[in-house]
Amino acid sequence: MDNTYAIELKNISKRFGTVLANNNVNLSVKRGEIMAILGENGSGKTTLMNMISGIYYPDEGQIFVNGEEVTITSPKDAFNYSIGMIHQHFKLVDVFSATENIVLGINDGKRYKLSEARRQVLEITEKYGFDISPDKKIYEMSVSEKQTVEIIKVLYRGADILILDEPTAVLTPQEIDKLFAVLRRMRDDGKSIIIITHKMNEVLSLSDRVAVLRKGEHIATVETASTSVSELTELMVGKKISLNINRTDPHDTSDRLVVSNISSVNSEGVTVLDKVSFTARSGEILGIAGIAGSGQKELLEAIAGLQPLTEGEIKYNSPEGESFNLRKRTPEQIRELGVRLSFVPEDRLGMGLVGSMDIIDNMMLRSYKKGHSIFLNRKSPKKLAEEIVDELEVATPDVKTPVRKLSGGNVQKVLVGREIAAKPKVLMAAYPVRGLDINSSYTIYNLLNEQKDNGVAVIFVGEDLDVLLDLCDRIIVIASGKITGEVDGRHATKEEVGVMMTGNTQKEAN
Amino acid sequence: MSNIATKKHEPLFHIVKRNAIPWWKAWIVRAISILLAVVVCSFVTILLTKQNPVLVWGAMFKGAFGTERIVWRLFRDISLLLCVSLAVTPAFKMRFWNCGAEGQVLMGCLATFATVRFLGGTVSEPLLLVISLAAALIAGAVWGLIPAVFYAFFKTNETLFTLMMNYVAKGLITLSIIYFQWENTFGSQIVSPLRIGRLPKVYNDHLVIILTVALITLFMYIYLNYTKQGYEISVVGESENTANYIGINVKNVVIRTMLISGAICGLAGFLLVSGKDGTVSPDTADGRGFTAIMVSWLAKFNPIYMIITSFLLVFFQFGSKEITRSFRLNDDFSEILTGIVIFFIIGSEFFINYQIKMRKLTKEGK
Repeated sequence: MDNTYAIELKNISKRFGTVLANNNVNLSVKRGEIMAILGENGSGKTTLMNMISGIYYPDEGQIFVNGEEVTITSPKDAFNYSIGMIHQHFKLVDVFSATENIVLGINDGKRYKLSEARRQVLEITEKYGFDISPDKKIYEMSVSEKQTVEIIKVLYRGADILILDEPTAVLTPQEIDKLFAVLRRMRDDGKSIIIITHKMNEVLSLSDRVAVLRKGEHIATVETASTSVSELTELMVGKKISLNINRTDPHDTSDRLVVSNISSVNSEGVTVLDKVSFTARSGEILGIAGIAGSGQKELLEAIAGLQPLTEGEIKYNSPEGESFNLRKRTPEQIRELGVRLSFVPEDRLGMGLVGSMDIIDNMMLRSYKKGHSIFLNRKSPKKLAEEIVDELEVATPDVKTPVRKLSGGNVQKVLVGREIAAKPKVLMAAYPVRGLDINSSYTIYNLLNEQKDNGVAVIFVGEDLDVLLDLCDRIIVIASGKITGEVDGRHATKEEVGVMMTGNTQKEAN
Repeated sequence: MSNIATKKHEPLFHIVKRNAIPWWKAWIVRAISILLAVVVCSFVTILLTKQNPVLVWGAMFKGAFGTERIVWRLFRDISLLLCVSLAVTPAFKMRFWNCGAEGQVLMGCLATFATVRFLGGTVSEPLLLVISLAAALIAGAVWGLIPAVFYAFFKTNETLFTLMMNYVAKGLITLSIIYFQWENTFGSQIVSPLRIGRLPKVYNDHLVIILTVALITLFMYIYLNYTKQGYEISVVGESENTANYIGINVKNVVIRTMLISGAICGLAGFLLVSGKDGTVSPDTADGRGFTAIMVSWLAKFNPIYMIITSFLLVFFQFGSKEITRSFRLNDDFSEILTGIVIFFIIGSEFFINYQIKMRKLTKEGK
C-alpha cells in the first residue's frame, strides 16, 4: 500500500435535525496535491471540512489519515493527526505579535522561549516565501497578513494537511496571486492542501483535482486539467445555465444622489469615511468595489441616515425637481420627506430582517406605521408576502415561517423583494449575492437590472470583481474610507480595479 | 484491525440540535419532566424527613385546594403574581432586563397607602379609590421611568439599576412609616390596616382582584401581538440595528415600554394594599417582583402561558406551606421542593431543543 492517501473519507454523513448536510461523501486527497472543494452555499463543503478538523463529529462513516482509521472529536485530535484548518474568521489576539499568536496555546511540555519560536517562524516564512515580519502586531496588519499568520500557525504546529475555507474572499487580486504561489510551494513540499471555494477561475488556476458537492452529496471528482468552467458549473448546479448578465445601456440619466466630501469616524475614533464624493444617477447601476471593511458599510449607512457624519453633504434630487440634504436626518425623517430610498443591508438577519418573525411580519417592517389605527394591519403585508413568495420563487412552507428558518438565498429574496416593493428611487444593495447559489444570484442581478431600466439609481456594493465589471455601468473604488478612483464598467480591467483597491489612486495606477 | 480498534475513542454520546418538534411532543417532554420532578422530590422527602411521600403530596394538595376559602385565596395570589409578571413581560420582550418590579410594586403600595392616609375623609369613597389608583400607577411608572431614561441616554446597565431601585423603594417605605408616624405603637414598624379606601366586595374579597388581572392579561396579550407599539417592542428586542434601520426611535420605545411596565407594577401594588393587606411594609410585595421574572421566562413571554406558570409556582408555595405546617418541617424544606420542580421545568427546555445520540453498540463488535 504505497499509494495511501494523506486523507480519505468514506461514506461520511452528517445531519442537523431534518437537514442532511452531508450524505455518504467519499473523498481522498493525495500527498503533494491541491484539492479544491467546489459547491454552492449550503452544499455541505464547510460541514465536511469541519468534521475533518474536529469541530463536528460525523453521524456515520470513517476517516482515514495515512491509511489508518482515526476518530477526530476535537481540533486538538485533528492537530495530532497533522490536520490544520484556516477558517474564514481569524482568531488572533490583536495586541500580540505574529510570533506570539503563532505559539499561543501550544503545550508541548517544552519551556516557552520566544526567541526560539521566532527563529522557527522565520524558517517557515523563508521556506514557503511568506511575506511577513514575525514581530509585527496583529492590529497593524492588513487582512492578508492576518491570514498569513493563521497559515503559519497551523504549519508551526506541524500540519501536513491544510484546509482553507474560502481564503480569497477577503483578498485583492494581487494578494490572491501571492497566496496561490505560497500554496503551490507547499504542495511541492509534499503537503496536502484542501481549499474550499465557489470561484470557478480560482479552481482552474490553482488546483490539481476538484471535488464537486451538491446538496450534501459528492457529485464527482475531476482532474482540473481536463475540465472546463461550463462542466464544473453544470456539476455544481445540476443543470446547464447561462452565466450572462444582460447589461442595457442607461437612458434618461439624471443626478439622483450627489454625495460630496462626507467624512465619518466610528465609535473608536477611527476615520471610516474620508472626504467621499460621488454621484449616483437614475437609470444606472453604480458599483462600489473595495476590500471588505474599507468603509462600504458606513457609506451606505450614512446615506440611509444611520451613520453620523462629521462633514459633507448628501443631496437628493427628486424626479420632480426638488432637492433635499439628507445629512443629519434619521431614517424616519428621510421617509417623511418623501425620499424613496430602499436599502438592502449587508447584515440581512441582523438589520434588514427580524429572524424570529415570519415573512408577513417582516414585510410589515417597512409599512406598519401607515394609518392612524393603533392596531396592526396584517392584511396588505400578507398579500405582499404571498406575491413575493410567488414571483421570486421563495422556497418556504408558507408565509408564516420565521425567516431564520429559510436558506440564505430565500432570506435575501424576501429582503430584496420587500425593498423593491417600496418602489424606490434609490436602491442600495450591500453584497446582495453573498452566500447565494448561482441561480439565486442571477435572479438578484436581474432584479437590479430591472430596477435600473425603470429609472432607479442603483448602488451595488460587491466583492466579486468579475460580477461588478459585468453588471455595473460605473464603478467607484474605495480603500480605507477614501475613493481611489472611478472607472467605466464596460472598459475597465480587473487589474486596474485591483490596484486601486489597495489604496493606490487612479493616477498612481496608470 | 485490533490495533485500530483500541485507537478508536468514539464518544459515548453526542448532542444534536433538533429541528422543530411538534407542540404536543414538547408538552409531553414537559409533562415527563414534572413527573420526574415529583419522583425526585419524593425521594428527597423520604431521605431528609423520613415521611411517607404520598402523605406529603396529599398535604400539598390539601394546602392548595383544601377548602373553598383556600381555593379563592389561591386564585387571588395567582392573580397578584400574574399581574406583576404581565408587567415585566413587555420590558423583557424588549430585552430590557427589568429586575425592579419589586420596587415598582412597592412604590404602588406606598402611593396607595399614603393617598388614603392623607385624603381619607376629605373626599368621597369612590373618588378616593380612583385617586389612590392613579397615584399607584404614576408612582410605579416613575420608578420604571428612571432606569429607562438612564438606559436610553447614558447606556447604564438596566439590570443593576433596576435592582438598586428596589432597595431605595424599601427604604422609602420604612422612612415614610417612621416619618409620618403610621406605626400603631411607636417603634413597632407595624401599620394597622386601612378601614377606608378599600376595594369593594363583589361576592367575596378576592373576585375584584381576579377579574382585574384577567382583564390585564387580555389587554397585554392584545397589546403585544396586535398593536403597532407591541410590534415595535418585538423589533427592538430582536435587534436594535433593525429598529434603527427601519426608523424606530429606540429611546422612545424603551421609555414608553418601561412606563407601561412600571404602571402595571403600580397597579399590582394598589391591588395588594387596597384589595388584600390594607397595610404597607417593606415586605408587602413578598418577592413577587422576582418570582414574576421566572413566571414570565418560563412562559416564554406569552401572557396566556403565564397563567399556567404562575399557577404552578403559587400552587407549590401554598402546598409547601401546608407540609411545613402539618409535618413540622423547616421552612427551607418547601423551598427545596420548589427548587427541584423549577430545575426540572427549565431542564426540560434543553431536551426540547436538543436530542442525545448514543454510541452505536454494533460498531464496537467489529
